Amino acid sequence: MKALCWYGAEDVRVEDVPDPKILNPRDAIIKITRTAICGSDLHLYDAYIPTLEQGDILGHEFMGEVVEVGPAVKNLKVGDRVVVPFTIACGNCFFCQEQLWSLCDNSNPNAWIAESLMGYSPSGLFGYSHMTGGYAGGQAQYARVPFADIGPIKVPDNLPDEQVLFLSDIFPTGYMGAENCNIRPGDTVAIWGCGPVGQFAIRSAKMLGAERVIAIDKVPERLRMAEEGGAEVINQDEVDSVLTVLRDMTANRGPDACMDAVGMEASGHTLPYLYDNMKQKMRLTFDRAQVFRECVIACRKGGTVSLPGVYGGFVDKIPLGAFMNKGLTLKTGQTHMMRYMKPLLERIERGEIDPSFVISHKLSLEEAPRGYKIFRDKQEKCTKVVLDPWATAKAA
Amino acid sequence: MNEEFRNRGQQGLNGRSIAWSRWGAIVGGSALAVYGLTRRSKTGAAVAAAGGLLAFGGSRIPSEPASIHAEASFTVNVPQEEAYRFWLNLENLPRFMSHLESVRDLGNGKSEWVARGPLQMPIKWTAQVVDKREGQWLVWRSEPNSVLPNNGSVQFRRAPGNRGTEVTVAMQYMPPAGPVGKAFAKLFGKDPSQAIYEDLRHFKQLMEAGEIATTVGQSHGRRSAKIRLKKALMTDYRPKPAQSAVRPQSQQPQEVAS
Repeated sequence: MKALCWYGAEDVRVEDVPDPKILNPRDAIIKITRTAICGSDLHLYDAYIPTLEQGDILGHEFMGEVVEVGPAVKNLKVGDRVVVPFTIACGNCFFCQEQLWSLCDNSNPNAWIAESLMGYSPSGLFGYSHMTGGYAGGQAQYARVPFADIGPIKVPDNLPDEQVLFLSDIFPTGYMGAENCNIRPGDTVAIWGCGPVGQFAIRSAKMLGAERVIAIDKVPERLRMAEEGGAEVINQDEVDSVLTVLRDMTANRGPDACMDAVGMEASGHTLPYLYDNMKQKMRLTFDRAQVFRECVIACRKGGTVSLPGVYGGFVDKIPLGAFMNKGLTLKTGQTHMMRYMKPLLERIERGEIDPSFVISHKLSLEEAPRGYKIFRDKQEKCTKVVLDPWATAKAA
Repeated sequence: MNEEFRNRGQQGLNGRSIAWSRWGAIVGGSALAVYGLTRRSKTGAAVAAAGGLLAFGGSRIPSEPASIHAEASFTVNVPQEEAYRFWLNLENLPRFMSHLESVRDLGNGKSEWVARGPLQMPIKWTAQVVDKREGQWLVWRSEPNSVLPNNGSVQFRRAPGNRGTEVTVAMQYMPPAGPVGKAFAKLFGKDPSQAIYEDLRHFKQLMEAGEIATTVGQSHGRRSAKIRLKKALMTDYRPKPAQSAVRPQSQQPQEVAS
């Protein structure tokens, strides 16, 4: 089959690799009909996530048709059309039973690597480095799905792939980011980052009762999309200080919740940004944490900071004094996918949201390397790349 | 665990035999290496390499055989009785203990164990269950004069707050002197408790999820020589495919009724 493999910073290639096979009784094999490039894949593309190996198949947003099931998978059959969540969970451990699916104890075969860095290991993830399992990803024609009786959700035939594909990550991730804001009616939520997760977070915050959502970014088409989703926007390149603007917009109260939907590759032009950027370039840190710092300072006293953005390692210059003295709450984590997929599918079925609004590019798998580049560099007004693994490349 | 178990394996070894095997290996190995190098052929090179390894191994035989002690605990989200019953059928052990090839129940508390020794060489011994209490503990030890004297115990305690069962395993191996014992010790890596810890993790996965998570055998693109070398050298705690839940039905050990 064809699959997108990682070979180093800015070096991803479509290669012929062996078809996946069933390895465990609870596995299934999915023939992938649509897959996507996630903003978090760009951290891999830029080689800022440790423990990737050359030849790893990337991709964790995918859906398709079940073509084979292991002997222990009773709830799926060949031919079922499913969306696969990016987190892998066993369904039986303490964490799965507590609905903390992304913290599953039993799905990361390389838990010992994560334990050496984090103390305890989160769940396995598709196509996202060996620290989180080293599972082959879904930017491919087929994928092996472990614990297939727990993760994949069947989707009705009348909904096209593009409308349900983002149940695999970014819609639930944006939604959990909003839920983590502890929104009460009338709240104001500030969201840094208008990429796909930020877009879904804006809409989810509205669904959860936020009166105002203020979105911060610097890419014009993304800010426009945020406005269409009901947010007021701040273009960080057009203001001297995002913090001052937020203070003015909230008449000196500050947002009730602040969300970092950017993560480890934040951009900016302040001194702390330059400091992070230099350290990251020298491989002294994996993370540029400027947005998180801003969230802490911007948030109102006693408010909540929600962190769906991905971070990899250790960060310094965190305003912990502000965090402590303002009595803030921090909520974060990889998305507990299985909590959200069914209710969000129902919202899509009821027509409350059509997640395909975020798509800017539909490419073939062959064109994926170009897709990574334009998505990373925000060229061609790229907001989201969806890949068809079976289409032949369009003539350039 | 009592001191008597721990010391049993040390009997029958004396300093002189160790010294002989050590110098034997160094002298013999060096001779082989020299002979092989003078052949100037592929076979010669292989003989030289083998001789070199033997000599090197010989030079590293410790003057005192060290016993390997390993201990680890893991919380498993099943009731004590269920975890105990799975363990009580010792034939289940190779499903999650990476160094074991097989365990066969011989009846009367006796069982035949086969471990994977150096170069996949099987090492066989007979063990005897010496103590057990339903749902709480199980203690076993190898019979006197085993090739690889050893003993082990497992304890099951209720975890607080209905979190399942805290399982603690302690194992002790007394490898024989000489290169084979040394190589066996090496199978456990630098930190033997880490190996037991990973075994226990696999036990937990079998009990909770019914299978051991794995990526061995999955698809990937071309690996660089560096990655292949790293994979060959690093201690791999991942269960081999035959060891995870997928195995021919005929070999499927008796499942514990749940």
